[in-house]
Amino acid sequence: MSFDADFTEDEGDEKRVLRFSGRLTTARLGDVPRRLERLDVSPSRADIADVDRIDTVGAWLLHKLNRDHGAEIVGGSDKADRLIKQVSIADEKARRLPEESNLFSLTLQRIGHATLDALSSLKGLLIFFGALVIAAGGVIAHPRRFRYNAVVQQFESVGVASLGIVGLMSFLIGIVIAQQGAVQLRQFGAEVFTINLIGRITLRELAVLMTAIMIAGRSGSAFAAQIGSMKLAEEIDAMRTIGIPPMGALVLPRVLATTLMMPLLGFYAAVMALVGGGLLCWYALDIPPPTYIQRMREVVPMTDFYVGMIKAPVFGFIIGLTGCFQGMQVEGNNEEVGLKTTAAVVQAIFLVIVLDAFFAVFFSSIGWV
Amino acid sequence: MSDEPIISVRGLRNSFGDSVVHENLDLDVYEGEILGVVGGSGTGKSVLMRSIIGLQEPDAGEITVFGERIDQATAAQNLDIRRRWGVLFQNGALFSTLTVSENVQAPLREFYRNLDQDLLDEIATFKIVMSGLPADAAPKYPSELSGGMRKRAGLARSLALDPVLLFLDEPTAGLDPIGAAAFDELIVELKQTLGLTVFLITHDLDTLHAICDRVAVLADRKVIASGTIEELLALDHPWIQEYFNGPRGRAAAPKAA
Repeated sequence: MSFDADFTEDEGDEKRVLRFSGRLTTARLGDVPRRLERLDVSPSRADIADVDRIDTVGAWLLHKLNRDHGAEIVGGSDKADRLIKQVSIADEKARRLPEESNLFSLTLQRIGHATLDALSSLKGLLIFFGALVIAAGGVIAHPRRFRYNAVVQQFESVGVASLGIVGLMSFLIGIVIAQQGAVQLRQFGAEVFTINLIGRITLRELAVLMTAIMIAGRSGSAFAAQIGSMKLAEEIDAMRTIGIPPMGALVLPRVLATTLMMPLLGFYAAVMALVGGGLLCWYALDIPPPTYIQRMREVVPMTDFYVGMIKAPVFGFIIGLTGCFQGMQVEGNNEEVGLKTTAAVVQAIFLVIVLDAFFAVFFSSIGWV
Repeated sequence: MSDEPIISVRGLRNSFGDSVVHENLDLDVYEGEILGVVGGSGTGKSVLMRSIIGLQEPDAGEITVFGERIDQATAAQNLDIRRRWGVLFQNGALFSTLTVSENVQAPLREFYRNLDQDLLDEIATFKIVMSGLPADAAPKYPSELSGGMRKRAGLARSLALDPVLLFLDEPTAGLDPIGAAAFDELIVELKQTLGLTVFLITHDLDTLHAICDRVAVLADRKVIASGTIEELLALDHPWIQEYFNGPRGRAAAPKAA
């Protein structure tokens, strides 16, 4: 005997009877629901005496027969009757998804929301910057409030802990630039200019920029996630009630750490890139290290180094600020932490690159080319 | 209540690093009963539940559910067992990107791919209403619901596949007394109409008195006693005495007792 649910339509004297058999359970329903939808004549009775098992879904189908066709349900066990009664009590209409407006107004709504979000985020960032300046002013006025331990701890996690990855990245970038430069310039017999390329692009742009991107991904995201989860756990509120200002205790040390560590890391990254480029020049172009260094000193002006070192703390500040700002924006649920962490990294990298473009124009217009 | 246990745990051992949570733990849950599991914080109530439902691999011991060894079951058997139980996690564990209705439909879609969308919607709606939520909660996202509503939505999802066995992890924690009492009633009602067996972790003494057929007490890394509350009270264990006869225990006990 098959366990699959089935039913037959019986033409009685005046009444049309549906006789169900098998198991009226979700697993065994098969095409029964579809066939029940397509009944051409309303049955007046449903006989479930031959049904040997029933679950809430089966009970629901019977309830619908009763509701839509007025069919009387007969022959059911106590359990079946109880289930049918239970689901009939729970019969209500509901949507699966929230109501949506039409595509046109939805698009307008989205554009509006995105614009407002961008503006309020910019405004929030400015307010946050102001609060940070006030907190910094407070610390300058009362140096005893300065949290040395927190700052040093952040120095370690932003600076020392990222030495490995920043160094490796820069070393490899040095090799890549040198290799690409060597291949392209060899076509003109100008391999020796590879050194100009490495020295100038590294010190001026790439070392600091790549370090900033790495720190945004490493520390900026960490700031947002740490502060965000503290916010969710009401730790920030607890700090406020105890009288510890979160700006001074959490934000200032982090922003200070990125601002001060970025120039150091940027310098270190530049040195590593120069070492990488130098090794490739030695290996691929037979330029020995002493010549490489000598040539580097001749072709790279000191201003290139200044350009990099002036940009670095600004980038660091931006990274720390956006990381902490996004962390503070977390509200509601855990999902927010992820969203804000992503926003922190995207915003930091975006702002860093925009500022870098401004710096490029600025430095060339003051003659540091 | 039948004599054959639906869940049977023998010699269970669980440890995290150096700290041993369970040692030689035995437990039986019989068909058709509501078993309350109590124990102090950190006695491994949730770990026990996770071991039974296969989320935590025990160091040693045998766990049998529906007569199948959980640890030795094949993938197909495992899937079949999973279809027959429902689990309500402490905070509902609803999928945050799906609406309540879609949450309830998720297990149905996974196991029964031939159901029509209309029928799925109807099934989800009556499960949601049966769990004590208003029907207009169906198209809402979990983040729009209160804690109590989220638990009910989680319950609706755990009932989606018409399970015969239901695991509840502190279902009334964080609910106000009225909400908690309503939840207790709901569980009894569902147990009676759907013929459920319930494995219930709780700290709520009112729940224990109101709905549990038997109570298992976890302490000293094992189930030190199980039975009705009266049977437990007759025992001379200090923790049990303090638990049920402390000020809160006495307040929760039925007045006639």
